[in-house]
Amino acid sequence: MLRRHTIAALSSAAVILAAVAACAPADETSPSATASASASANPCPPGGLPTRIPGKLTIGTDTPAYPPWFVDNKPDNGKGFESAVAYNVAERLGYPAANVTWTKVPFNNAIAPGPKSYDLDINQFSITDERKQAVDFSSPYYLVRQTVITTKGSKADGATTIAGLKNAKLGAQVGTTSLQAINELIKPAPKAQVFNSNDDAKTALQNGTVDGLVVDLPTAFYMTGAELDDGVIVGQLPQVGVPEQFGIVLDKNSPLTDCVSDAVDQLRQDGTLAVLEKTWLAGTNGAPELQ
Amino acid sequence: MSDGLPAPSDIQRGRIAYRRRRAIRSVLLAAASTAMLGTVLVLAVTGSPGWDRVRRSFFDPQIARESFPAVLEGLWLNIRMLVACAVLALALGLLIAVLRTLSGPVFFPVRAMATVYTYAFRGVPLIIVIYLFAFGIPGLRLRGTPGVLVLGGAALVVTYGAYLAEVFRAGIESVHPSQLAAARSLGLTYRQTMRHVVLPQAVRRVAPPLLNDTVALQKDVGLVSLAGPIDAVRAAQIATAENFNYTPYIVAAVLFVLLALPLIAVTDWVTLRAARRQNAGL
Amino acid sequence: MLLSVNGVRKVFGSAVVLDDLSLQVDEHQVVALIGASGSGKSTLLRCVNLLEQVDDGVIILDGREITDPRVDPDEVRRRIGMVFQSYNLFPHMTVLDNITLAPTRVHKRSIADARESASDWLSRVGLADKADSYPDRLSGGQQQRVAIVRALVNNPRLLLLDEVTSALDPELVGEVLTMIRELKAEGMTMVLATHEMGFARQVADRVVFLDGGRVLESGPPAQVLGSPVQPRTRQFLARIIEAGRL
Repeated sequence: MLRRHTIAALSSAAVILAAVAACAPADETSPSATASASASANPCPPGGLPTRIPGKLTIGTDTPAYPPWFVDNKPDNGKGFESAVAYNVAERLGYPAANVTWTKVPFNNAIAPGPKSYDLDINQFSITDERKQAVDFSSPYYLVRQTVITTKGSKADGATTIAGLKNAKLGAQVGTTSLQAINELIKPAPKAQVFNSNDDAKTALQNGTVDGLVVDLPTAFYMTGAELDDGVIVGQLPQVGVPEQFGIVLDKNSPLTDCVSDAVDQLRQDGTLAVLEKTWLAGTNGAPELQ
Repeated sequence: MSDGLPAPSDIQRGRIAYRRRRAIRSVLLAAASTAMLGTVLVLAVTGSPGWDRVRRSFFDPQIARESFPAVLEGLWLNIRMLVACAVLALALGLLIAVLRTLSGPVFFPVRAMATVYTYAFRGVPLIIVIYLFAFGIPGLRLRGTPGVLVLGGAALVVTYGAYLAEVFRAGIESVHPSQLAAARSLGLTYRQTMRHVVLPQAVRRVAPPLLNDTVALQKDVGLVSLAGPIDAVRAAQIATAENFNYTPYIVAAVLFVLLALPLIAVTDWVTLRAARRQNAGL
Repeated sequence: MLLSVNGVRKVFGSAVVLDDLSLQVDEHQVVALIGASGSGKSTLLRCVNLLEQVDDGVIILDGREITDPRVDPDEVRRRIGMVFQSYNLFPHMTVLDNITLAPTRVHKRSIADARESASDWLSRVGLADKADSYPDRLSGGQQQRVAIVRALVNNPRLLLLDEVTSALDPELVGEVLTMIRELKAEGMTMVLATHEMGFARQVADRVVFLDGGRVLESGPPAQVLGSPVQPRTRQFLARIIEAGRL
């Protein structure tokens, strides 16, 4: 009896060790011979980057994909600021629209360690030093201004200074730097309210359970213009310290980061970004500034 | 007869020695195989290629330190909501259970409503109820609508009340009918019977599942954060988004387990105590 | 006449359990109900105690009709004591609390007064040292005796005993029967359903044999148990003798 137990124990341990050994050398993204061979030539061969699917560029974003960044929750229609930027970046990298595929990436999956389901992710990610420890960012493609919006007649309506918002109950979407803006810039007495999505935040604003919301400027225009009854923009918050900017997210130490950054820089230098801003984020001049 | 028992015979001594040897061998084998398995697992995890990055993503000590105060503050909300909602849900559940056990045709409407309530709110997912209460009710713009915390708490009370009502009802129905007959035969009214005889026994019998549901409630309480308030998980979510790092979730998980430990300990103690006196009857 | 049962009928679903049953009990009388299971003994006692509603017939206690729907059943039950076969005592309360529950809550006596009565009774039956014990610490016979005390402390007019020894181990039956014998000596009016024929012979003034929900035979114990008239009574008793219980 004893011998049987010992044999069982030893053999199961052996099985486990074998399994571990078999799993151990998991793949890393294998930069193939082509990359090292062409290191001296073009570091960003058009259409030939070490993407997940060779020859295709996989771009991720969350769902729902909100306007004015995307339109109709269909990133592949090329409409909306971020969709347009993404297709332009892809083209500069040698991937025409036909070679671009989109994939849904929830926020938590974008920042998780482990293999990514995307080559790059564009989703209003603000660049911060803390976040750079976990992912790579491209060069920034948009300068963000946080903006306070509300509905007509609410407590926040008519405020012209930050001090005027000291007693307002403000809300923001979770995971955004908007929440940081509330807690660090405005510092209102009532605690900030946090919502899973901008949809929930909007409902809360319309219900009156919050007095105002903080969102980025283009979203502010879109919400007050198209989505809220009686929506008004209270004002833009000042940029404090390092200006907040959006960047494209890539896997940490991704071989694509430099090429993508170059592409974004090109778009900025030749004026494409400015044109896209004008097309999709119109009216960004009409919001007052809060002191 | 110094210690009252005669000394064991040689045969018995042999048996004792044999069993002791076997027992020692089993313990050693178990310890060794556990240690081996543990070592293998640890090696497998820490030896895997992505371990370094996972460790930094989930177990970063500095981020843990930084996010701890915010998560703890969020946990305070969880605790307050838990106490309030547990008490109210238990009271509501008890009331509904008693209503469901009223007999007689004259009480049919009451029984029917109580039954519909327990069916409906055990069926609907809690998250939907919270949305309806915290986003729907304020939309009606009724005067005197309470804040979202109260509404969210109400959603929890109403949903958990339905589950607890069924647990209480099972307890009430498990009390032997002769107990009821004995109580009524003494001249006790229905209410007195319930209060002095049935409910004390019923509650003691179902204390374990009740406490179990309370532990579950402790975790669901955080869902009120859908409506805006910041609970421990939400605080962890915010910190995670700031740093693109999951460590705050681990911090929150550890705090939740610590919070649950006293509750679980009480549950086990109550279960043990209740297992005693319940079988006096004949 | 303390208790008068007239033409009582009780139906459960399609089963007729009590069928035009009539029975009279005088004060200080002890009536033993015997019969096979399902003959209606328990149901009859439960109807007298208003735990069941009769489907027809009249029951009169102390000259007043208790089957009138306008009568408050709780009030009637205060005047009647009933002890069941098992699960009598409340397990979550001590013996003393079990006994004082009804005097304090129903009869509105003071706690001190109720405790005193309870202690007196417990001493009389030799269970004074169990006053603060929980029921699970008592033997079956002790539990049943406490249950009887619990009924008696409220000074009922009538005591109903539903097979109170049937669930006991044989060596514990005696102490309960002794107590009932003493109660009879003190003049307690009792109706007891029982399988203990020997005991019925000793203690009962009248033995009533129930069969199919009716009184088939009724008379002094010597007659019903010794020389029964009805063939079915004889059949029943023969089976009892076979089982060694007579």
